[in-house]
Amino acid sequence: MSIDVLMPALSPTMEEGTLSKWLKKEGDTISSGDVIAEIETDKATMEVEAVDEGTLAKIIVPEGTEGVKVNSVIARLAEEGEDVSDVDDAPAPAEGGSASGDAEDADESESETAADTDAGDDAEEAPPEPEVSTLKDPRVPEGTSFVDTSLRDALRDAMAEEMRRDETVFVMGEEVAEYQGAYKVTRELLQEFGPKRVVDTPITEHGFAGLGVGAAFGGLRPVVEFMTFNFAMQAIDQIINSAAKTLYMSGGQMGCPIVFRGPNGAAARVGAQHSQDYSSWYAHVPGLKVVAPYDAADAKGLLKAAIRDPNPVIFLEHELLYGESFPVPDLEDYVLPIGKARVRRPGNDVTLVAHSRMVGFALQAAEKLAEDGIDAEVVDLRSLRPLDTDTVVESVKKTNRIVTCEEGWRFMGVGAEICATVMHEAFDYLDAPPTRVYQKDVPLPYAANLEALSLPGTADIIEAAKKVCYV
Amino acid sequence: MAKAPTKSKSSKSNSKMKRDEALKFYRDMLLIRRFEERAGQLYGMGKIAGFCHLYIGQEAVVTGMQACLKDGDQIVTGYRDHGHMLACDMDPKGVMAELTGRADGYSKGKGGSMHMFSKEKNFYGGHGIVGAQVPIGTGLGFSNRYKETDNVCVTFFGDGAANQGQIYESFNMASLWDLPVVYVIENNQYAMGTSVARASAETELYKRGISFEIEGEEVDGMDVYAVKEAGEKAIKYARSGKGPYILEMKTYRYRGHSMSDPAKYRKREEVDDIRTHHDPIDGLKARIIEADLTSEDDLKDLDKEIKALVKEAADFSLDSPEPDPSELWTDVLREVESA
Ligand SMILES: Cc1ncc(C[n+]2csc(CCOP(=O)(O)OP(=O)(O)O)c2C)c(N)n1
Ligand SMILES: [Mg+2]
Repeated sequence: MSIDVLMPALSPTMEEGTLSKWLKKEGDTISSGDVIAEIETDKATMEVEAVDEGTLAKIIVPEGTEGVKVNSVIARLAEEGEDVSDVDDAPAPAEGGSASGDAEDADESESETAADTDAGDDAEEAPPEPEVSTLKDPRVPEGTSFVDTSLRDALRDAMAEEMRRDETVFVMGEEVAEYQGAYKVTRELLQEFGPKRVVDTPITEHGFAGLGVGAAFGGLRPVVEFMTFNFAMQAIDQIINSAAKTLYMSGGQMGCPIVFRGPNGAAARVGAQHSQDYSSWYAHVPGLKVVAPYDAADAKGLLKAAIRDPNPVIFLEHELLYGESFPVPDLEDYVLPIGKARVRRPGNDVTLVAHSRMVGFALQAAEKLAEDGIDAEVVDLRSLRPLDTDTVVESVKKTNRIVTCEEGWRFMGVGAEICATVMHEAFDYLDAPPTRVYQKDVPLPYAANLEALSLPGTADIIEAAKKVCYV
Repeated sequence: MAKAPTKSKSSKSNSKMKRDEALKFYRDMLLIRRFEERAGQLYGMGKIAGFCHLYIGQEAVVTGMQACLKDGDQIVTGYRDHGHMLACDMDPKGVMAELTGRADGYSKGKGGSMHMFSKEKNFYGGHGIVGAQVPIGTGLGFSNRYKETDNVCVTFFGDGAANQGQIYESFNMASLWDLPVVYVIENNQYAMGTSVARASAETELYKRGISFEIEGEEVDGMDVYAVKEAGEKAIKYARSGKGPYILEMKTYRYRGHSMSDPAKYRKREEVDDIRTHHDPIDGLKARIIEADLTSEDDLKDLDKEIKALVKEAADFSLDSPEPDPSELWTDVLREVESA
């Protein structure tokens, strides 16, 4: 069998070039690595090295030929023991020439038209997501007692339970061990689990977030605490480029079971660099799950699920809720599904969609709206990615009106995504334009009065709800 | 090639002390101390909110460094920044009014304790993200070299910040390009509740520049003269175009990390020991008296003057109105100037 020598490409975009010179002649013996020819384009000149060994049997493209297509046969080698005169000198059409070039062009234009649009069937374009309708909160058996627990302690309990259950779970972050957590969320974990599993880090977010990713690759289940998510911006490259993308880039080999958790959003009067809602930032990224619970029971059940999840989970807490207490079912292993919203208050007139601290405001708004005869339904998203659009759309089909509530900026935000989905999937049911409640489009100011003006609250939700109800 | 890092000893001799300089040091440090005490009090009264990081105990560092600067030199630091602002002669009234979040504050009430700036005084903030000021200070040094001034940027950061990666990226560039930057590590021995030994593999932070060929020196940061001596040397070096320099100031913060820190990670005696034996203000006062530069009565008068100044700042900060609601929308972007 003879061996074809193909026209090489100098760059990924090169399509054709000039075969300027042959450095070997027919009949020469060729070893791999020998320079056999020179080719050039308008940009560069390159030497063609032989990959195979044999005798140069036929030069098919003579030197000085311009417009030689990449991958077309320029010469044939006779293998050892093969008779040079047996080698066929006809160009092989399938391997080069204009026919295959055209075919490639056609491929390209086809792929361009396959761009992702909302008009298509979303289900076909998106990777398979868990069938939300099959996700169910575990049944809380009748007679279960509920214990009033602060959000802070519920989170701590979730971590402690998972650490007891699985040796590979460990907690890492600034001040998580000896100081017991900057916000005391990791209180007493060091005492129970020791310094091997409750690790104080230096102030080095990018480093320990990446280290966490490596530890997850290495078979551990890190729970990485950011003192606040503001500081996770130091680490966001590792979160997105390493944690979120590696499973995909490795063709499914390299999972990253890690939880990044900590307070997100505004705290009280700490100014712009310490008060930002990152919900939409992380929810934007395929390869992450993003959870943002409101009450202590959800926080506990979802954090346990997050720690068990084989994927990177961003777990957004809220500092201003840490001290608030909520009833938590006294069950041995209370785990909630990630990706399922919760209807916190049924209603018929308007749907209020919220997550994290805004849920509390939405519930308060619903109470007030009831006094004015408006019956609001409150949907607590709990998870932002995956997003339970089914529950939202079902609600809107019933109420025909929607107000989204988020603590972050409106522009390109969570509300924008939800409103677009609702318009797409429940357009004919809408009786008013979907409306958003959000933080004013400025960095959060320190001054008390400006901070109050900037952050969204109950009054904003009531106003928006009345507007969509035209009252 | 950089020399090996050194530990410098303060020249304890009082004979070199000049009266005016000694009194200025005393006055500047006392202003910071009293100002911070008052800020702590206003915080307790609910007039200041959020995070408020006091500089009490570390006064000698910024006071000594400031004495080495000339017109046009810049300084930049983190969130424990009130002392730096007062040292570079920003008005205590404007600083306090920012702490109370009022219209007359340096940032119109929009920045708060951690975020104040003064272009006029070459104070570049006031940064809340641990370590972020270090590349910024390096960039200010870069601008000096670019514009061919002989100014130096003094970049302050903490022992905890010294573990952030961006510090080492900055060191490398500063040394590679011989940037006029003096890095002042304010080693107050704790980053929140974490002691240096629990966070740093190399606890002698002045050595952190070794692999970047940056000279470093350990300095007694509780002695304003030692600070000034080391500062002058470092700044001269940077100003002459030789590149960056590291000064590790051994100092101590008396109060908690911020107002909400109970500081259980250290013993009361540890704090008391430093206060009684190493306080930068008491130490200087003793030396002033010993050298007979002024009388105790004169110093008492100075104390009174400072107290009055701080009271005036506090009153001003409470009388100043809240910012106008329209300020919510200003300063997000600048208008593009039409050609
Ligand atoms: C990137 C980042 N991580 C964490 C924090 C929270 N934080 C604020 S100050 C601080 C300790 C810093 O200690 P150090 O650098 O020694 O300075 P000091 O407070 O002692 O002046 C921490 C962890 C932050 N502001 N920014
Ligand atoms: Mg410190």
